Amino acid sequence: MIFSFDLLINAIISGILIGGFYAAMASGVSLSFGILDIVNIAHPAFIILGSYIAYIVNTDLGVDPILTSIVMIPAFYALGAGIYQIYYVSFEKRGQESLRGLAFFFGLLFITEVTLVLYFGVDYRDVDAAYIGPTLHFGYVEIPLRILVPFLVSLLMIACLQLLLTRTFIGRAVMAVAQDQLALRLMAVDPVRIKRIAFGVSIATASLAGAFLIIIQPVEPSVGRDYIGRIFAICVLGGMGSLPGTVIAAMLIGVVESLTSTFYGPSWAPAVSFGFLLLTLAVRPAGLLGR
Amino acid sequence: MRTVPFLLISLVVGGAVFAAAMAAGNDYVFFAGYVVLQYVVLSTAWNILGGYCGYVNFGTGAFFALGAYSTVAIYKLIDTNELPHLVPIPLLMLVGGVVSGAIGFGMGYLTLRLRGAFFSIATLALAVVLETLVVNWDYVGGSRGAYILRPENAPLIGSYIRYLFLIMLLLAVGALTIARLIERSRLGYGFATIRDDELAAEASGVPTLRLKLIATTISGALMGMAGAPFPYYIGYLQPDSTFALDYAVNSIAMPLIGGTSSWVGPLIGAVLLDSLQQIITVTISSAVNLLLVGVLLVAFVIVAPNGIVGLIRKYLPHKGDDFVGRRRVGLAAPGAAPAAGPSSAPESPS
Repeated sequence: MIFSFDLLINAIISGILIGGFYAAMASGVSLSFGILDIVNIAHPAFIILGSYIAYIVNTDLGVDPILTSIVMIPAFYALGAGIYQIYYVSFEKRGQESLRGLAFFFGLLFITEVTLVLYFGVDYRDVDAAYIGPTLHFGYVEIPLRILVPFLVSLLMIACLQLLLTRTFIGRAVMAVAQDQLALRLMAVDPVRIKRIAFGVSIATASLAGAFLIIIQPVEPSVGRDYIGRIFAICVLGGMGSLPGTVIAAMLIGVVESLTSTFYGPSWAPAVSFGFLLLTLAVRPAGLLGR
Repeated sequence: MRTVPFLLISLVVGGAVFAAAMAAGNDYVFFAGYVVLQYVVLSTAWNILGGYCGYVNFGTGAFFALGAYSTVAIYKLIDTNELPHLVPIPLLMLVGGVVSGAIGFGMGYLTLRLRGAFFSIATLALAVVLETLVVNWDYVGGSRGAYILRPENAPLIGSYIRYLFLIMLLLAVGALTIARLIERSRLGYGFATIRDDELAAEASGVPTLRLKLIATTISGALMGMAGAPFPYYIGYLQPDSTFALDYAVNSIAMPLIGGTSSWVGPLIGAVLLDSLQQIITVTISSAVNLLLVGVLLVAFVIVAPNGIVGLIRKYLPHKGDDFVGRRRVGLAAPGAAPAAGPSSAPESPS
């Protein structure tokens, strides 16, 4: 193989950029799975839901997808809080979260996906925005704006999340819920309420991640499935519940995937994240920045 | 009932089913029935790990596809070397079972030491890794898929689909017998301790890792065996549809709808749900049938966590009394207060 330096640089840069977007997708799972111990396998379906909302508003009213997704945050938060309430009453309270709770989210995944298929069909949809199309050139490095913009906004979002978790009372309570529910109860804080808020926030990130997804690539209802494993791989690799770890892991997987598809062909790329996942689980289950 | 009489009775029931299908005289009955039986095997296999041990496997499609692609690989091997087609389907099933069982064992060994959720996620990952391998393996057709020529006829019983149906029927009887045998053996009680409280089981000297590995291997092997005849059934095998999550959601929904605590549950769930799906696919559309599975799955886990079997036990107390009674006696310490009902379960699990 002829080694091409500019190909390598471009692959690494686009891997880092895509990694930022993966981090946005994984941050919600990092919250729900990593901190709250809720295996929300349906998270990608909510991301696709976010994509479709951005798509509808964009085609009907011409509104920017990221703006739409920011406006939709309260709705997604409410959706998440509602789902957590059902989950708590039906599974956590009865102590059945491991088997039936997982099945519940798996069912939600299919319900969301098939409902979207029934409404919109299986055609690929995409959005229009000023930053979709142009590409920045720095020497031989090419940076498409449609990947750069989601990258920047997603890092901003994760920074906000990190501030929320470490600097506010609610955020600290969320971290505390992961460690010791009983202690939290003794401090007169209701752990169920805190978990409801945190789960709402985790679903709210899906709104933004959905907008990023449809900016980066055309979307059809079942593309979410491709991301389930990748998201969980990032979450586990980064160390459960650590947002900085999630960002690092996302970029790592982004870069390795991008190198794989540049030098070996795109059909091998999906195996990378899962190879990483299996390796992490076997060697270091605590992840990179695990507690 | 002991296992041997049970097996004989199941064989008689199976024979009756086959005779009834033959009497219908229409090959469509066999085509539809084959899928129902295939799901009986898949959901029973899933339940051995999921229902008995409490470990959720999202990789049914992967194990099923491993069986199917073992068959394709053998078929291609024979085809390219122009050997006579003499490999009988039961032998193919054995190969498929061994391959899937081995992969199940290997993956279990890597991930079963961790919490259940990690295992579930790893099974999802396994499906994608295997799909990538198959897509990139041109020998078995790669992403284009592979054609398998189904022989026209089988000796004695007429068209080949009847032969496939008969084989799947026998496998279903075998799977149910194995599940029932496990349920009533030391192995089954060991599995139940893992499901109810793994830490306590480990502390009392139950070899949890070994038991989990046994469950994963048996479960994976049965799924592989169910997959092995599939290329002959479908005629054209394609990675996208063979590794699909649809197998996973079906094989999870069926036991949970039927009831996970006994071998009857997956049987009831598979027969009911798949018959319903076949009707909906024909009359409405195949997208709606997945929606139905999702809705039923969510509804059942919320409203009737013990499935149809649980509902029957609840509303027909005569049948359930014996079972529940034995459980209670087993759990309550001598001289202790009567066992508490489910309503007073602890408010907040840690």
